[in-house]
Amino acid sequence: MATVTLTDVRKSFGKTQVIHGVDIDIADGEFIVIVGPSGCGKSTLLRMVAGLETVTAGEVRIGGERVNDREPMDRDIAMVFQNYALYPHMSVFDNMAYGLKIAKTPRAEIEARVQTAARLLQLEPYLGRKPRELSGGQRQRVAMGRAIVRKPAVFLFDEPLSNLDAKLRVQMRLEIKQLQRDLGVTALYVTHDQVEAMTLADRMVVMNAGRADQIGAPLDVYADPRTEFVAGFIGSPPTNFLDPAAVGGQGARLGIRPEHMRIGPAGSGRITARVLDAEPLGAETLIHTRLPSGDLLTIRQDGAAPIPGEGDEIGLAWEAADEMRFGPDGRRV
Amino acid sequence: MEKRVLFKGIWLPLLLILPQIVITAVFFFYPAGQAIWQSLFIPDPFGLSSRFVGLGNFDYLLSDPYYRASFVTTAIFSTLVTLVSMGVALYLAVLADRLIKGSGTYRTLLIWPYAVAPAVAGVLWLFMFNTRVGVVTWYLGLLGYDWNHVLNEGEAMGLVVVASAWGRISYNFLFFLAGLQAIPKSVIEAAAIDGARFWTRFRTIVFPLLSPTTFFLLVVNIVYAFFETFGVIHTITSGGPQQATTILVYKVYSDGFVGQDLGSSAAQSVILLVVVSILTIIQFKYIERRVHY
Amino acid sequence: MTAPARTRKAPPPGMVERRGAGLWLTHAGLILGVAFIFFPIWLAFVASTVSQPEIVRPPMPLLPGDQFFENYRKALVSGINAPVALMLLNSGVMAIGIAVGKIIISLLSAFAIVYFRFPFRRVFFWLIFLTLMLPVEVRIVPTYEVVAGFGMLNSYSGLILPLIASATATFLFRQFFMTVPDELAEAARVDGARPMQFFRDILLPMSRTNIAALFVILFIYGWNQYLWPLLITTDPSMNTIVMGIKQMFPSGDDIADWPVIMATSILAMLPPVVVVIGMQRLFIRGLVESEK
Repeated sequence: MATVTLTDVRKSFGKTQVIHGVDIDIADGEFIVIVGPSGCGKSTLLRMVAGLETVTAGEVRIGGERVNDREPMDRDIAMVFQNYALYPHMSVFDNMAYGLKIAKTPRAEIEARVQTAARLLQLEPYLGRKPRELSGGQRQRVAMGRAIVRKPAVFLFDEPLSNLDAKLRVQMRLEIKQLQRDLGVTALYVTHDQVEAMTLADRMVVMNAGRADQIGAPLDVYADPRTEFVAGFIGSPPTNFLDPAAVGGQGARLGIRPEHMRIGPAGSGRITARVLDAEPLGAETLIHTRLPSGDLLTIRQDGAAPIPGEGDEIGLAWEAADEMRFGPDGRRV
Repeated sequence: MEKRVLFKGIWLPLLLILPQIVITAVFFFYPAGQAIWQSLFIPDPFGLSSRFVGLGNFDYLLSDPYYRASFVTTAIFSTLVTLVSMGVALYLAVLADRLIKGSGTYRTLLIWPYAVAPAVAGVLWLFMFNTRVGVVTWYLGLLGYDWNHVLNEGEAMGLVVVASAWGRISYNFLFFLAGLQAIPKSVIEAAAIDGARFWTRFRTIVFPLLSPTTFFLLVVNIVYAFFETFGVIHTITSGGPQQATTILVYKVYSDGFVGQDLGSSAAQSVILLVVVSILTIIQFKYIERRVHY
Repeated sequence: MTAPARTRKAPPPGMVERRGAGLWLTHAGLILGVAFIFFPIWLAFVASTVSQPEIVRPPMPLLPGDQFFENYRKALVSGINAPVALMLLNSGVMAIGIAVGKIIISLLSAFAIVYFRFPFRRVFFWLIFLTLMLPVEVRIVPTYEVVAGFGMLNSYSGLILPLIASATATFLFRQFFMTVPDELAEAARVDGARPMQFFRDILLPMSRTNIAALFVILFIYGWNQYLWPLLITTDPSMNTIVMGIKQMFPSGDDIADWPVIMATSILAMLPPVVVVIGMQRLFIRGLVESEK
């Protein structure tokens, strides 16, 4: 239960700067997701908060106190790793208890805390097992349990679900969110999966090449992306981009989300395109088209709407309010 | 290759590495340095002072017919030991690899000699070929062959070679068998379907695929023959007859400890040092290559 | 090695796998090899169970006699220069001392090299590496002088210390530590473990198999040392069994006491053989790993 503040945080490995000054203010109990493609520096940022990487410049504060020079154990944090990092030779119980033992917590209290966490995570039947005797989802829970028993002020998650299959991922996502709400602990969560980011975050931080392009509530970021990168990264299928020259108006790039485009007969609407392929998904249908300029556009329409044939010429229309225009620097104009 | 995660601190790691460094310095580098230093001097007969002779000891050594003979002896000895032990091991490994069942049993039976010290192996073979009581000597006598390795130089060499190779077969067998079992069966079956008979398959497919193992064993066995066979030679022939089995390592020992010729012994140590260095570098290059592929 | 055998499906008859006569020939060839390997050991065993007169009038018998207990008792209790029981003890102390010593100092230095950055780290690494090029045999005289200078002749420390610096073991552990996921050390740091706690609680238990495999190899290495004990133990009561056997042969023309010598040879090979056969899996693993 603490705030986390990053002020102009920078990181260099040797001469290469990988984080170019990031500012984030995290409120007490808030769930923040840092999302971005691989290599954008999101994990490095998290590891600096954890104390596993040194901070080259700037300041990291947890609960108002500067922690730049503190060891991870003195930061009141707990971390869940991508590969879980369970100690392979220890039982589930010992894995969860290890940190408490080091902190010389009384035996009875260790017992009580581990039992509570195990109950919360439905791990009670497995306390005596070794990690290799557990399924992926169970290992994930043990990693969470190890974080919970320490009662930290901040949870750090480094892509904790990326080693699970799709179904389990959805289930664990819900559990993590529930757990964080119940415990009221501030959480900082790193992922490359924008669906995870959208569903988990109170606010999300979209990272691009060592910078935080945008920080905000998921739906705000979705509706109002600040940069071309954010518009393209958040949303699936991704935002369509075209050259504004074809339709007029200002800016260097024009972005329109697939659900904001409507199909009409050839010659109608703002622009004409040829249908390449249609993917009926049931509730909705994705229609892939190509403009004369070569740009590829995807339109998302209701599953019940008529589907145009392959090779058909169609007209595309959209509301001016749904247009997202970006300058040559990628920023919104 | 470096780790990303590091613990902080300078004194702790220095303390951790200290025991190894101290032992290495005291028992490895200091003596090696001494060997190099002593190799430049000739001590006076009473050991009270010594005279600097530069490379004199080396000059003397390299023109010494006994030392040169020892070089030749070492070359013949190591070649024979390597060939015999690797040949027999390969033969047995190929046979064991052909079995679907039971190769494990044979392996258990064949790895014994690895545990037998070269010096003990020497005593075992000495016993069999002893000129008075040796059982093999006696049966050879029945066949009309008068075995006497104490006098006959060729027989002495033969005996130390066989005794040294014998102890090494297990090691080579294990590595050859592992190498053979690592060759995908599909490759061999494909060759069989192509009509290659066993010997052709072995020559054109198995042996080439086994060459990394073979090369590795070649180097390791030469090192073994050079340095670790001292026990065999000391127990069986003590370098004789007429120095016919005095390999370089044995000569360092006999000149240094028995003959008390410290300058010469030190110079010989330095030459051996060069030999090991070359072998180690070859081995290291090979390991590097293995890591990359 | 049951795994490779299991993966092999039966190939077309007569093509790759030998049947019938071929199979028997294969077995015959292997049995011949086993016989060649075993014959010297068998003879030694037979000789250790018969009386001296049976040996000195060749040919000696090829089947065991009835003097087993007598010969072994004589060897163990009185020996020739020193009781063999004492030499066994010396060998045991030396072998275990070398194996344990090498493992401890190698674990510590590998831990330092892999998990820390400190001044002269590379220099130290190369110094350790260079010891590969300095086997005892190469530096016998000066090393002997060093040990003599410390007054360590005829002592266990003199037998053990010069042989316990090992580049091989250090490299093996370094290699293994490199394969331990970084996240484990990070998790331990987050859990509040100090470096030595991580070493003791996580790294050591994870290295158990490697340590055991290496112990097997190093035990045999230590037990079978010959030249070094030969140089520094002049007192028969400090002899190790492997070097002590040679000392049991009489000088000059006297006839050796073969039954006792052979009983000693059998005793000398027994502990390492038991270790190799009993821990075959670990032994093979250790052998392959330490040559990487």
